[in-house]
Amino acid sequence: MMRDAFFDLADRLGDGLRGDEVLFCNLDGEDSDFVRLNRNRVRQAGSLHRRSLDLSLISAGRQVEGGCELSGSPEQDLTLARNLLERLRERLPHVPEDPYLSYSTTPASSERVLGVGGLPDAEEAVSELIAGAGDLDLVGIWASGDILSGLASSIGHRHWHRSTSFNLDFSCFLESDKAIKAGYGGLEWDSARLAEKLEGVRRGLALMARPVRSIPPGRYRTYLAPEAVQELMDMLAWGGFGLKSHRTAQTPLLRLVEGECSLDPRVSIREEPGRGLVPGFTTEGFGKPERVDLIAGGRYSECLVDSRSGKEYGAPVNADSEYPESIALDAGEMPRAEVLDRLGTGLYIGNLWYLNYSDRNDCRITGMTRFGTFWVEKGEPVAPVRVMRFDDSIYHLLGDRLEALTEERELLLSAETYGGRSTASSLLPGILVGGIDLAL
Amino acid sequence: MQLLEQTAKRTRDLAPALDYWTVRVVAEESEILHVRQGVVEPTRLQISRGGMISLVRGSGMGYAATSDLSAGGLRTAFAEALRWAELHARLGLFDAGLFPRFDARSEYRTPTPEPWDARSTEDKLGLLRDACTALVIDPRILDSSAWLEYRRLSQLLVNGDGGRSEQVLEYVNPGLAAVAHEAGQTQRRTGGGADHPGQGGLERIAQVGFLDAAPRVGEEALALLAAPECPTGTRDLLLMPGQMALQIHESIGHPLELDRILGDERNYAGTSFVTPDMFGTYRYGSELLNVTFDPSLPGELASSATDDEGTPAERAYLIRDGILERPLGGRLSQARSGLPGVANARASGWDRPPIDRMGNINLEPGNDTLDDLVGQVERGVLMDTNRSWSIDDSRNKFQFGCELGRLIENGELKGLVRNPGYRGISANFWRSLAGVGDRQEFEVMGVRNCGKGEPNQGVFVGHAAPPCLFLEVSVFGGGQ
Repeated sequence: MMRDAFFDLADRLGDGLRGDEVLFCNLDGEDSDFVRLNRNRVRQAGSLHRRSLDLSLISAGRQVEGGCELSGSPEQDLTLARNLLERLRERLPHVPEDPYLSYSTTPASSERVLGVGGLPDAEEAVSELIAGAGDLDLVGIWASGDILSGLASSIGHRHWHRSTSFNLDFSCFLESDKAIKAGYGGLEWDSARLAEKLEGVRRGLALMARPVRSIPPGRYRTYLAPEAVQELMDMLAWGGFGLKSHRTAQTPLLRLVEGECSLDPRVSIREEPGRGLVPGFTTEGFGKPERVDLIAGGRYSECLVDSRSGKEYGAPVNADSEYPESIALDAGEMPRAEVLDRLGTGLYIGNLWYLNYSDRNDCRITGMTRFGTFWVEKGEPVAPVRVMRFDDSIYHLLGDRLEALTEERELLLSAETYGGRSTASSLLPGILVGGIDLAL
Repeated sequence: MQLLEQTAKRTRDLAPALDYWTVRVVAEESEILHVRQGVVEPTRLQISRGGMISLVRGSGMGYAATSDLSAGGLRTAFAEALRWAELHARLGLFDAGLFPRFDARSEYRTPTPEPWDARSTEDKLGLLRDACTALVIDPRILDSSAWLEYRRLSQLLVNGDGGRSEQVLEYVNPGLAAVAHEAGQTQRRTGGGADHPGQGGLERIAQVGFLDAAPRVGEEALALLAAPECPTGTRDLLLMPGQMALQIHESIGHPLELDRILGDERNYAGTSFVTPDMFGTYRYGSELLNVTFDPSLPGELASSATDDEGTPAERAYLIRDGILERPLGGRLSQARSGLPGVANARASGWDRPPIDRMGNINLEPGNDTLDDLVGQVERGVLMDTNRSWSIDDSRNKFQFGCELGRLIENGELKGLVRNPGYRGISANFWRSLAGVGDRQEFEVMGVRNCGKGEPNQGVFVGHAAPPCLFLEVSVFGGGQ
């Protein structure tokens, strides 16, 4: 089902509404190719065609929500959607009025189509990857195809967002966990970029081939590459920036919000829906702003506010959910070319893994080093480092121990596919810290 | 089931000439009822239907999943899957002849003494409102939630050889959460079934003590605000079942997954410190450690008759008397590795292919009462209810945090401590197992967000365990 068929379905559902009923229809769909690789061969290959319809039925201050999968046939889909609508209508009188009911009452429309026509067939791209990787022990996944989002309401909203993209997420191993990770995603395929990525992996593996160094727990001067910073940002995204988590004192940034702690003045974190990779509308029909300043100059600035929190706490809506989808950390002044010199002696961490809070009250996070982590001496990488567990507070890593941020930033496209291929992205620099606490 | 039967028949009628094919059709219905701060959140009804065709032609295999179950949709799915089989035949990791086949016919239904529809939506929401009200015993409780989630998953798996597996799994999962805050300290306590997910009907609400738990959940959230931080140092550690579930999950379940050992997950979920040569000889833990794959335990999250490739599911020891016996690998992984395994090829839904997953992974009861376990400890900490989990990619260096801790001194339980955590290394930790609770202390629990696979899949996984005592573990509390 594409745009016109979806809007037509919404019109036909709207024709059957009764009394003061308001209906919001959201479509989420994908046509995806997935090719899993192991040892530079195809492990599991397949495709997915999915169209999911969400309905929100509102009447007399009450609302109920529901969802179902669609087939693609207009008449069948109308029957499926009408059946769902009828079940929601039956339920509506049995739920109380909703004091936090909130939706856009101003009709609006938009259309954004990204990346159509810039991709090779998945078989072609995967064949090229396998040939290019040669004898590398490559493992990972190719994911590509269309991702669709649509919104139509009985009020008159008509929004459509379609992107055709690919995301190649892979790593290459020497032995055990000696490995280098790489990712290449976007809207247009470029064979030269793939070759560059593979060349970078080969250079990293040459370093990885050296004997592993074990280091004891302690505090280490460290450079965190943008991919490692992304893991820290993902943790902050988990309740860090939402209005509800602020008002219920659950945000891990509570000490920052209350002015008890601050981050380094060079730390500014924003949500940037204007980047355009995610839909520019919320499921309730609100438009998203170009950007939301979450942390400005090391201090708490604004929250992400979804429609429900907006009504509960009396704040304007600026997000679909209270989690960043297009996060950015401002660049600094350290050229990437100078990272190793500025680090001197310490750890170069390429990726972090499996982070979680060890104490949310103090924004203390634990996690593991993984992939591409080296010991550096006098500005030269000398040995891979056995995986280590860190346990440290963001108030240190982005606060009193932050020495520099790189002037270049990486646009990292999420490879996550839980519940559908993600359109989230991050724009991040690397950071140099005077110390990170390794615990195990 | 009618839709599933019709789709299966349609698939059979359309199937081209192939070496082997299966269709797995899934119809899923779920409801979420949630009251927060006394206000009913929008109720949600979710209906999901779709099918996956998997096939083998020559040395290639492929799959295609679709929400279009019409003849045209299934025909397209066959064509897509054939396209992938051609790629696999050319560049595959192994010969598709290893793809598992089944010819058994089986049926499994979750017993539901009190079906979900036996009570009205108003009744259920009324119960949640009462529970939510009972959580708020003090103005310092800033947020309160009570929820009830229902899921019915109907699945029909058939193949071209006459094999058939039909399963209807039902889950009712209630839960409570209270968030207390004072003077810069926030504590969240959960209960009322939140960490006891399972199969069944509405009878589960009473079984997990949903409504009765509410005042205690609120009281403990408040008490934790005033409690001292968990001490830092080496202590004996008594883990209650609410934390044992995660400890088993992360440092036994995941490392024993055969696809990790075979390297499939190295880019995402990770590898394993376990290697094929360890099975049969490796001492995983002390002699008290007995761990089973048990799809037969009534009410546990992953109880079933077959896995999602049609392999009959049977109870098997993974670790016996501390010695590692077998991995968690479905028939495809068994064929690839030459190792034994279990029926654990599972998919998160119609849109994902089966891979090696945990099913019900249980730590079998021992002989100690809880008092016996406490009595053995001179200086230790009891920890309950997981709230933080992290482990390295080979499943060795772990760190966990719990909602609640309690000191143990000279064989007696003492006061609460807040923000308790501990860390260790799997390969050493299980060897320090010094006491295992008995059948009376054994609790059936589980995890509803086990993530793994590329593309990603989140599945329900069951874990049952008694309290367990570990010696000389590194513990710590909160603070920067």
